Amino acid sequence: MRESHLKASDRHDSAALYVTGQARFTDDLPFPADGLHIALGLSDKAHALITSCDVTACLASPGVVTVLTAADIPGVNDASPVAGDDPVFADGKVEYHGQAIFAVVAESAKAARMAVHQAHVTYEDLPACLTIDDALRENHLLEAPYTIGCDDIDAKLHDAPHLLTGQIDIGGQEHFYLEGQAAMASPGEAEDIFLQVSSQHPTEVQHKVARALGLAYHAVTVEVRRMGGGFGGKESQGNLPAIVAALAVKKTGRPAKLVYDRDEDMRVTGKRHDLRISYRVGYDDTGRILAMDVDQALRCGMSFDLSQAIAERAMLHAENCYFIQDVRVTSRLCRTHTPSNTAFRGFGGPQGMLGMERIIDEVAAHLDVDPMQVRQRNYYADHDEADAGQPTPYGQPVKDGLIKAMTTDLLASSDYYARRKDIEAFNRNATWCRKGIGFSPVKFGISFNKTFLNQAGALLHIYTDGSVHLNHGGTEMGQGLYTKVRQICARAFGIADDMVKITATTTGKVPNTSATAASSGTDLNGMATANAAATLKTRMAEYLAPLYQSDPAAVRFHDGKLWFGDASISFAEAAMQCWQGRVSLSATGFYATPDIHWDREAKKGSPFYYFAYGAAVTEVVVDLLTGESRVERADILHDAGASLNPAIDLGQIEGGYIQGLGWLTTEEVVYGTDGKLLTHAPSTYKIPACSDRPKQISVSLYDSGGNLSDTIHKSKAVGEPPFMLAISVYGAMSHALKGLGDYPKLNTPMTAEHLLMTANRLRAKRASD
Amino acid sequence: MRTNISFFLNGVEQIVEDARPDTTLLNWLRLEKGLSGTKEGCAEGDCGACTVVVAEANLNPQKKPLMGMPQIKARAVNACILFLPMLDGLSVTTVEGLAGPDGALHPVQEAIITHHGAQCGFCTPGFVMSLYAGFLNGLDGSEEQINHLFAGNLCRCTGYGPLVKAALSLAHQTPPEWASRRLEAEWHYLQSTSAAKTPDTDLAIETKDQAFYAPTSLEALARLSETFPDATFLAGATDIGLWVTKQHRQIARFISIGRVAALKEISKTETQIIIGAGVSHSDAMVALADAYPGLAEVWLRFGSMQVRNSGTVGGNIANGSPIGDMSPCLLALDAVITLNKGDKRRQMPLKDFFIAYGKQARQEGEFLENLILPRCGEAEHLYAYKISKRFDQDISAVLMAAWVKQDQGQIKKLRLGFGGMAATPSRALRTESALLGHDLSQPLPEAAISALAKDFQPISDMRASAEYRMAVAENLLRKMLLEAAADDVGMRLYSSPLVQPDRLTSTTPIGASDA
Repeated sequence: MRESHLKASDRHDSAALYVTGQARFTDDLPFPADGLHIALGLSDKAHALITSCDVTACLASPGVVTVLTAADIPGVNDASPVAGDDPVFADGKVEYHGQAIFAVVAESAKAARMAVHQAHVTYEDLPACLTIDDALRENHLLEAPYTIGCDDIDAKLHDAPHLLTGQIDIGGQEHFYLEGQAAMASPGEAEDIFLQVSSQHPTEVQHKVARALGLAYHAVTVEVRRMGGGFGGKESQGNLPAIVAALAVKKTGRPAKLVYDRDEDMRVTGKRHDLRISYRVGYDDTGRILAMDVDQALRCGMSFDLSQAIAERAMLHAENCYFIQDVRVTSRLCRTHTPSNTAFRGFGGPQGMLGMERIIDEVAAHLDVDPMQVRQRNYYADHDEADAGQPTPYGQPVKDGLIKAMTTDLLASSDYYARRKDIEAFNRNATWCRKGIGFSPVKFGISFNKTFLNQAGALLHIYTDGSVHLNHGGTEMGQGLYTKVRQICARAFGIADDMVKITATTTGKVPNTSATAASSGTDLNGMATANAAATLKTRMAEYLAPLYQSDPAAVRFHDGKLWFGDASISFAEAAMQCWQGRVSLSATGFYATPDIHWDREAKKGSPFYYFAYGAAVTEVVVDLLTGESRVERADILHDAGASLNPAIDLGQIEGGYIQGLGWLTTEEVVYGTDGKLLTHAPSTYKIPACSDRPKQISVSLYDSGGNLSDTIHKSKAVGEPPFMLAISVYGAMSHALKGLGDYPKLNTPMTAEHLLMTANRLRAKRASD
Repeated sequence: MRTNISFFLNGVEQIVEDARPDTTLLNWLRLEKGLSGTKEGCAEGDCGACTVVVAEANLNPQKKPLMGMPQIKARAVNACILFLPMLDGLSVTTVEGLAGPDGALHPVQEAIITHHGAQCGFCTPGFVMSLYAGFLNGLDGSEEQINHLFAGNLCRCTGYGPLVKAALSLAHQTPPEWASRRLEAEWHYLQSTSAAKTPDTDLAIETKDQAFYAPTSLEALARLSETFPDATFLAGATDIGLWVTKQHRQIARFISIGRVAALKEISKTETQIIIGAGVSHSDAMVALADAYPGLAEVWLRFGSMQVRNSGTVGGNIANGSPIGDMSPCLLALDAVITLNKGDKRRQMPLKDFFIAYGKQARQEGEFLENLILPRCGEAEHLYAYKISKRFDQDISAVLMAAWVKQDQGQIKKLRLGFGGMAATPSRALRTESALLGHDLSQPLPEAAISALAKDFQPISDMRASAEYRMAVAENLLRKMLLEAAADDVGMRLYSSPLVQPDRLTSTTPIGASDA
């Protein structure tokens, strides 16, 4: 029996199931023969009154059992996570193209889909506000602008030797999890409902279903074994399909499932927010940024969803790794008649940080220096420096800084300066293509901004054969959470990993959970599990130690055994003896992140338990005749604290980088002038393919000696932070075009079109100057 | 006539009596057989989560020995847009059929586990099957090959690195003995179905609202085509599949050309190459690589491995899409097509075939039999350029193909085919005239730029703006002239087998008008 070792690159706990096709996703679960299938009827208008909705023809379509509309909702017609403003079915008015108006419930998915198109809906158009431009012009905001930081920024900017103003438009991003939203609902006894869903937030699904159906929460049980990718897209967007499936069960008494097809998924669900960031920056000749005023306008879509928290994270990452004395950040939540934008890996952080890196790049261009000089001039102090603990614009001291040391290491290992020199020499002779090299540092705050969400629970049973059954509140979406938590549990008991089984996450086992989000899955659930294990270990030791003439505190768990000095019994034997001794072998564990607080009114606090750091160097080449680009090389150094599982962490880092690369290059969310999403399938929306990865990529974990905060085995969260390593691509592209004329002022995504048109603009301006 | 279909599935013969002909293989596997390992990620052949491997008898066995089984051709295809009757007589392997006796994992499965190639696991079955197809056909250990192998499989978690490492680890490996035995069983089955293939056993399924005919002879095809002039011709279903899965269209009658051996032939003479309408892109690509090296990059970027394995060159032409990548290339070559009606044939230059958006010069009851491509003669070259948001598996924003005959550094003859610039694939006749006699040492002349603007007024859509299309089309002319002058195709960013990134440092001077 092999004992579990942390830091071991254990394979994903489902790996063998994945490669043999046995891993079941929601749509793969056994479904009774009398089960029904659902398809949504969607709005063809961005903003309109519904003057009539005739579903007679749907009902007459073959295989159709019933149609659901807002009138079929006994409770609250709402699928929103926070604000109560996302109707399950539009009631009288539609507010985006693609909004659900009704649902067809039929004997097969095909029958449901065929029938959906038979409905006859008439509308009376209302003026639609679609873009950030529209919303700012019309002052169409979800709430009043929110500002943090310095009160007299104008004076501070005025005092600075140089002033820079600018603006960047940052595109949104479709999640494109490979498995679409899916929910299956089954009737239980009496009013009970059991749901199996693809959601990062089973507790919220439970609550929303219960409220829509007018039930107590205890009547609804929600289970999630795994998702085929989430990336934030299943934090709140899974509510709607679950509610609709439950409504179908309520109305028909039969099991029902709603599995979005790809087009439905892309049209209905929200995406990463696109932002317009405007800035004024005061700096000196050395590149020291003295004051900064940043204005972030986010396209939120038709409702709040999680936009307030996302906007807040964008603000709280607006200064990235840089200590700037005077900062003001203003956030504007633009309310538009488009799908309600939602959580997506980084949760506003990437956009906020891209804004900062653009500023660094542009300041460097104005000073005609390497952007690295500006970065290093402004970095927060590292934890081991005398001036460690410099405050962020929101008042949290940065005590665990690593970015200076990591930067030094990465610049050396990537041979940054020599390559930059070579590239500049290359560009001087290049006619048809240019190269560029860019760097980006990452400092990402770990914890939910909303302090109360930072809690988790676990439920642990030991059976009399020594096998362990574990449930925790986190959900598995591919990030390896189950694998890591299983390692934590097995290590606690000193037993082999395969003696621990984690079964599907369910609201019936661990209640009142937070979404698996904010990179916090392992931090929270791993610690809750460790606490549960500690409880059981104490119980076992206290009962068994006297039997073996030992002290409970001296009992050790390792090598599959309990050790009482030199004597030992197997873990299974220990479990059996405890049972016979009438000792409970079941325990819960709970964890609440300590030392964090955030006061939105006062705009101050220490919302993050710690920061995760990373840095990347990217080299690109751009074809000046077509605008096509590709990444030649990426060098990444990332801080995962004391990594619990290097293979999983490296996988998160590389995968996150590539996802970020897609966001910044080929992934373009395009709406028509009527508000219809034009990029609603992989034929038109292009995430990176295999050949888009850098030709050369090196990913390393930074050996920091472990998290300075007391996290589970000194590890650090790794889900979101690596996404932002891709921001180095921005600097690289900018470097490639620099030299054609003025500072390129690139927006994102940097498609071939954007790069060529930018290059042409720069060349035309230079020619005319 | 036969009304049922039969095929091998994971080593067991299936006889399907009553399936609707437009049932996709994916839905049949998942809903009828309960084999849920094969996933639906997009239902349009773009993500590869539904990839399965289909084996058929190899008509050209000396070309590609398959793991010591030269008689079998095994291809990765997208099950989501493959209709069940298209599999008649073939052998299908799904992810559930890969492991050996006693659950021993196949080397491709082991490799993906070992290299941590699966995170969420949803795309994994598709990658496993693409890799299995690659393994059967031989992995050479190059990343290049793997990029092409995986171009049709999207993964949103891993960033592909671990999957590439898994694939690299399998280079030159031989399969376990049990896997070879399984291939032999497939071969025996394929032999038996080939032997049983006679006109009397042509497939003809007629359900109450849908019919599917799969003749084996050209004569039978011609008869059916005349009898049912409104029927939908089906080749690889890489487009028609989407009519069903995406547009939910009800197609009353299919005539499948997939079993007509005569349409799968490629014949070559001194002056021309004739490609049967049923030849897949994959087969055509291999056969034409020598004749038109300038086509290699476009072809490697056409759809994906799965799409090229199913889709046919003929289908790409016959459906008249304004953005089909083959049409501009064939226009530049001045290809001729053969149309067949009731076994009576007529030939027509391809440029006369495309009349307007969605409208081709095909008469009722007529079908495309083959394409005739003139070979390039002395000092004649074909250049082709594809512009899309993503390098692999994307629909072109603009595609330009240029056939150029040079004489003493000048353009003697020129044909330009464009896709994405108008409602149909089109020649740029004014631009061609403007470039006749052009001295290749000179920059692109103003006359050609203004001619191009007269030839085309492209539209803006989600792929590109009209302005970009014009700007890049103009620059593609420049690129072509530079490549023609240098007599190579070295100015490409991405790696096709022909492209060396170092050659991007060209210092050929460019005219002031290029600034």
